[in-house]
Amino acid sequence: MISAPTLEIAVLVLGLGLLCVEAFAEKMDKRGIAYAGMIGLSIVFAASFFVAPLPASEPVLWNFYTSDALALFFKRFALVATILVLIIMVDYAPVVSRFISGTKPQAGLGEFFALPIFTCAGLMWMASANDFIMIFVSLELVTMSFYVMVAFMRRQSASLEAGVKYLILSALSTGFLVYGITWIFGVTGATNLDRIATVLQSGNFDRAPLLFGMVLVLVALGFKIAAVPFQIWVPDVYQGAPTPVTAYLSVGSKAAGFVVLLRVLRAFFILPQIEHVLVGVALLTLIYGNLAALPQNNLKRLLAYSSIGHAGYLLMGVVSFSGEAVSFYLVSYLLMTLLSFAVLVVVSNQSGDEIEDFAGLSKRSPFLAFAMLVAMISLAGVPFTAGFLGKFLVFDAAMAHGHFALVAVGVLTVACGFYYYLKVVRAMYWQSPKITDTIPVSNLSRIAMTALIVAIFWLGVYPKPILNALHPTQPRLATQTR
Amino acid sequence: MLFFVVLAPILAAALILLGAPARLTAILAAALTLLLTLLGFAVFDPAESGFQMTSSLPISAQWGLNLSLGIDGLSLIMLLLAGLVTLAAVWFTPKTIDRPNGFYACLLFIAGGAIGAFASTNLFFFYAFHELALIPTFLLIGIWGSGNRQAAAWKITIYLALGSFVLLLGLILLYRSVPEAARSFDFVALRNAAAAGQINATAQHHIYLLLLIGFGILISLFPFHTWAPEAYASAPAPAAMLHAGVLKKFGLYGLLRVAQPLLPEGAHYWNTLLIVLLLGNIIYVGLVTIAQKRLDWMLGYSSVMHMGYIFLGIAAGNVLGLNGAALLMLAHGISIALLFAIAGELRQRSETLHFEDLGGLAKTMPLAGLVFGIAAFASIGLPGFANFSGEVLVFFGAFRNGANFHGFHLYQIATLLALWGVVISAVYMLRAYRHIFMGELPERWKALPDLRSSLRWPVAILIAATLWVGFFPQSIVRIVAPTFETHLSAR
Repeated sequence: MISAPTLEIAVLVLGLGLLCVEAFAEKMDKRGIAYAGMIGLSIVFAASFFVAPLPASEPVLWNFYTSDALALFFKRFALVATILVLIIMVDYAPVVSRFISGTKPQAGLGEFFALPIFTCAGLMWMASANDFIMIFVSLELVTMSFYVMVAFMRRQSASLEAGVKYLILSALSTGFLVYGITWIFGVTGATNLDRIATVLQSGNFDRAPLLFGMVLVLVALGFKIAAVPFQIWVPDVYQGAPTPVTAYLSVGSKAAGFVVLLRVLRAFFILPQIEHVLVGVALLTLIYGNLAALPQNNLKRLLAYSSIGHAGYLLMGVVSFSGEAVSFYLVSYLLMTLLSFAVLVVVSNQSGDEIEDFAGLSKRSPFLAFAMLVAMISLAGVPFTAGFLGKFLVFDAAMAHGHFALVAVGVLTVACGFYYYLKVVRAMYWQSPKITDTIPVSNLSRIAMTALIVAIFWLGVYPKPILNALHPTQPRLATQTR
Repeated sequence: MLFFVVLAPILAAALILLGAPARLTAILAAALTLLLTLLGFAVFDPAESGFQMTSSLPISAQWGLNLSLGIDGLSLIMLLLAGLVTLAAVWFTPKTIDRPNGFYACLLFIAGGAIGAFASTNLFFFYAFHELALIPTFLLIGIWGSGNRQAAAWKITIYLALGSFVLLLGLILLYRSVPEAARSFDFVALRNAAAAGQINATAQHHIYLLLLIGFGILISLFPFHTWAPEAYASAPAPAAMLHAGVLKKFGLYGLLRVAQPLLPEGAHYWNTLLIVLLLGNIIYVGLVTIAQKRLDWMLGYSSVMHMGYIFLGIAAGNVLGLNGAALLMLAHGISIALLFAIAGELRQRSETLHFEDLGGLAKTMPLAGLVFGIAAFASIGLPGFANFSGEVLVFFGAFRNGANFHGFHLYQIATLLALWGVVISAVYMLRAYRHIFMGELPERWKALPDLRSSLRWPVAILIAATLWVGFFPQSIVRIVAPTFETHLSAR
């Protein structure tokens, strides 16, 4: 049995070790670093199942660090996401090399493969954070490594532009976060979420400044999860960043934002205003994300808007206090988003990332076309895929809490979703290809994609493994809300 | 055994995608499904009213969510319809089709989805199986369709997706309206809860309206019918046969299975609206059908129009009307499948379905003319065909419902108006027959070949089925009546 913080430390050591190897072994094939990273993270993933359970009476390890079921669940989530992103990165390596001129053929690739591992450590810490200071620090660790990764292709102006945009807006949102935390600290005298909850339940506090502080925190988190009106950065950054980084950003960064949101709101849902604000944000996010996705012709941009739309469905789950629905939705979102990005990387190496570059993919590579089809129908929400079950749980939770406006808008936006996701399917299956040569797929990617396809269908029919993994958190969520 | 019936088409589709010989596997799977269904008839005990041959695979005890299958009389005849039409649709697929593996796999997915929905006794899977057909339909129309296929494929897919999610909301609300202790997705548990009066009247009004709109879109209830003619006109013939013949019946099946028995108050409350809308189907769409100038559009509209009679049977709310509705579902599925099959064969040969371009084809294609004539007579409702017995039961059932709405005997008036529908369908069907098969044979059609002789088999099976049901309607009524009797007595 091991204690939970060991996991993060192991990941961090792994990252540092790989960086050292990279610095001293000049001649090695840099892809070795990626493979070592995947293996190391897989070992940590396996180890996470042997974490000593906390006694029920004292669910917090230190007062700023918890390792309840929700935390463990999202640690595993971060590990799986990082492993998959590393696999996609290996496929993407030639493109990165093209935009970094160095004396050696693989210059810079080592860092490219090592950085996600640090992000992963940050995500894992964030899953356990139970204190605003801890949240802030881990969030910064994640964001810092993203600054570098987004702007990694330094000879490509789009990547640099994305990097600058991300840097400025992210720094701004961090400013909001810190400012909000100081207001909350000023009112409650605590940064620890449990202590804040106690103060709020006592009713002995100044309402207006606390709400002000909380709204500032929500602004910062809204930036992380790409909720309207803090979504402006998303399309440009997603399109400009290296594709695997985009995938990581849309899965890892979003999941982290939602975990923090769930934890913070647990303390703050005693204030009804917060719920109203969030319902409004969710409505705007659903409408904007889905409507703006309709006219897109670039697949990366389309996925960027769809990620905004999905933030809307996730927020529906958040305002309905359903940690279960949100977590399941995030898992399904991870599977289908990473699958679509994995296919996108392979195809765009050959042609490009416009939707018309996918024309006739079913003839060029039936396997890739099928993988993309599965990802798209799952994103759209066709039954027997994980995506449908996620939407089902979220709608169910929203109905149970009487958020009928959200549900009504949700149904309309789902119909929009069918249109723009099927646009990709149409290109792949209806249209004839401009180039007819077949597309090679590496064995590793083929295995990863097959695993993702199987997982999407498996969870779509049999969601029990995920729901059971979360079950211990249910009583805690239930008792602390309302 | 039911698991096999549901899995046979889906497994066959997967095999075909992996490279099995497409046509052979598809025909074998469809034949196997039909045989297993007929076997089901042999084992089925009509005296018992509950679900039979049940089997269940637990998914989540917390929500009462199980992959459970079972059949009663109503499901059994729907399975029969699905089996018959699937076999015919697969058989009628042209041998020269482009990319055959994808085509047959899509057809089998549609069939598997419909069969799964008819055999599920769990609300969640009842819904989910139906959705299995959505994407294959999109691909079938988009890739292998004709005419304005792209627009039609978009329209049907978005429209049906919207309808399904409205339906989903209704179903979730239904699930939520039962008190927490009894909450379940299981049909039997829900029916018990409804019988115990645990779903209150206001909730029923809201839920029934949602279900009526959701199912209504799927069935092409007036004014949500605009997707249907366009899609059927553009779809390849086998896809149109399956969709109009089987899949569209899912919505009606849902009304009979979910909305009517579980929400009697809601049904009662909205029946006036339903009567008005179904008259829209019969009279308005009927007149639109007469105005059509192309065979495929005319058949699409006629399938929308005939939904009106089935709605009338459902609205009647007595055993007579409901039996008629069930009978008519079977009958209409068979006749429309035959009509679309012949239309597809014509399109393949002449590449036009404009009435004014065609004529005199009975001389070169006697078999096609005969089959089309029989199917057209069946569709009009001539005695001896299944449609006639269904329509008679529906009219008697509806007329017998003496509900008095502010001094109007609504059902009697509706029945009298609906009877005109028979005249309307006679007008357009006979006109179509005259335009296509009678009259002068234009020079360019003189060399058209008749139906392939191997196609006699599926045609013979379908015609035999419709004649059998037409002459011995009791053989079907005997099986479905217990289902409806339990539904009605539970109120």
